[in-house]
Amino acid sequence: MTARTVYADNNATTMVAPEVVEAMEPFFTTLYGNPSSMHLFGGQVKKHVEQAREKVAALLNADSSEIVFTSCGTESDNAAIRGVLAAYPERRHIITSRVEHPAVKNVFQYLGKNGYRVSEISVDRLGRIDLDELQEKLDTDTALVSIMWANNETGVIFPIPQIADMVHRVGAVFHTDAVQAAGKIPIDLQQIPVDLLSLSGHKLHAPKGIGVLYIRKGTHFVPYLIGGHQERGRRAGTENVPSIVGLGVACELAQQYLTEEQTRVRALRDRLEQELTSKAIDATVNGDTENRIPNTTNISFKYIEGESILILLSEAGIAASSGSACTSGSLEPSHVLRAMGIPFTRVHGSVRFSLSRYTTDDDITYIVHHMLAIERRLREISPFGRDEIDAKQARSSH
Amino acid sequence: MWDYNEKVKEYFLNPRNAGEIPDADAVGEAGSLACGDQLKLMLKIDRATEIITDAKFQTFGCGSAIASAAALTEMIIGKPLSEAEKITNKDIVDFLGGLPVEKMHCSVMGQEALEAAINYYRGKSPEPLEERKRHIVCECFGVTDEEIIRVARDNHLTTVEDITHYTKAGGGCMSCHDKIRQILRQVTAESAEKPAAPSGVRKLTNIQKMRLIEETFEKEIRPMLRADGGDIELIDIEGNRVLVSLRGMCSSCVSASFTLKKYVEPKLREFVSPDLVIEEVKP
Repeated sequence: MTARTVYADNNATTMVAPEVVEAMEPFFTTLYGNPSSMHLFGGQVKKHVEQAREKVAALLNADSSEIVFTSCGTESDNAAIRGVLAAYPERRHIITSRVEHPAVKNVFQYLGKNGYRVSEISVDRLGRIDLDELQEKLDTDTALVSIMWANNETGVIFPIPQIADMVHRVGAVFHTDAVQAAGKIPIDLQQIPVDLLSLSGHKLHAPKGIGVLYIRKGTHFVPYLIGGHQERGRRAGTENVPSIVGLGVACELAQQYLTEEQTRVRALRDRLEQELTSKAIDATVNGDTENRIPNTTNISFKYIEGESILILLSEAGIAASSGSACTSGSLEPSHVLRAMGIPFTRVHGSVRFSLSRYTTDDDITYIVHHMLAIERRLREISPFGRDEIDAKQARSSH
Repeated sequence: MWDYNEKVKEYFLNPRNAGEIPDADAVGEAGSLACGDQLKLMLKIDRATEIITDAKFQTFGCGSAIASAAALTEMIIGKPLSEAEKITNKDIVDFLGGLPVEKMHCSVMGQEALEAAINYYRGKSPEPLEERKRHIVCECFGVTDEEIIRVARDNHLTTVEDITHYTKAGGGCMSCHDKIRQILRQVTAESAEKPAAPSGVRKLTNIQKMRLIEETFEKEIRPMLRADGGDIELIDIEGNRVLVSLRGMCSSCVSASFTLKKYVEPKLREFVSPDLVIEEVKP
């Protein structure tokens, strides 16, 4: 039995980079003061927090005064949405997409039940947002539009610059959940007029429990957490200093590895995808392959079910995830794939592999080998598409 | 990650009897591709003795769906039909040493496929589609009232959530939750009546009664009364007497007392307590 682990679920969470762990350590043991304290013991910590803030700002090409540390991506999303709506109480219409992460989707659903008019913008078969529909829905009653930068399940990137312009034309505020985009593609907030942006530490090799909300200067925002004066009054609560320092280092590393992400990681992803779709009995890629973050692929294996695939992958030491109903804890399969109109026959057998800069060439070879064997094994016991198995066999034995 | 026990894992990782019987004497299917799992069960049956001599399955589905099907085939090989047909989903779960509660529907799928196979063998045609449609409670997953009643009885289920775990019913758009609750009330009432026939009635405090009556008014009665410009108000409860007053158009309606006795009272007896008597008090 091999003890090999191949981690291909980096859109769920990532390994904390060793450099990050190392940078955090002193803030548990010696530099544990409270940055708000008057004494030097606490006060000296503040400059490390501010340095981290600058590193985060650099990754986004923003000003450090626009960076607010939060506890996670979900908090950033909640704070952004509620904070803006509280500042614009007279506007009662909000817009999002059908494929958001639950941290946005469910907040909108809640607001819809509490007096807001909610519009959800559709996506097409490739997961691309319908800009015409967005244009139709935007009106002067629109307070806020929240649309993700890149989708967590398919990796599809939305045209954020264009969307931001459209939103501003009706005087509304634009928030984007960039949790899956940050560190994987360049983000330049000097160029792209996003008003608020959410980011999560543990998706880019920082620890869990730290997030960022970017609030552009001049954006009206009512704080969500009320208490002390931390984060310039925009988010109360004693700073999570070790994680903030860790996130600073993680952002610095992300910037350094951005090119590698775009070249080596992308090449690994493309090879994985190409080998699986050409060698499998029936496998197809979900999402717009022209416009994706470089680490993600979402592949549907027809006539087999996602949970079975994941358990067998896991037996081989491979970590991935699926849009199947059985893996979600509910009976509903992925809302993202269903919004794209992917047939049920493919949704239930969808698998997402998400790589990172720690993924190796051998890892890909290992995944391909096991995934193909698993597909064959489950197809052998599936009641559907029996003749396709034989046809594939005949083709490959030529 | 689901917490499957070792036996379930073993039956999933090394499923016995996976495959086809080309000349099967009986074939039964359950589930559907759209729902995320389907089972095809094939049996060889000795005509003289009616003993199941072989069983094979094909499953599209999750780990526990595959394990349940593999377990079922082992449980029935060598058994006469008369015994096999008594197997319930609970027997499959027990054989496997338990399934996560969210996965109970996998065992139900096994039972349904077995039942379909036996019906096929005995020449009973499946329920016509039109007839079946009339009994469907959950549109999303195509589950009928009979299927819900059966799992509720066999497994002593009492909540909508239980029903969803066992049959998937109610797990989609959720619009059938009221219907499921209604069915569950019937089933619980039945089972409560059997052991202690004289006092099968639920003991309710007056507060509980009041709350249930209000809920029944709101959900079942007011929508109808309001359509005619009327309304109903609960004045008081004295033992089993429910004192109400009619409002709006109803207060002057000649058929008001008829409405109370023939429509409101039966609803209260159904949803609150079977011994209630309704009386009108004039304001």
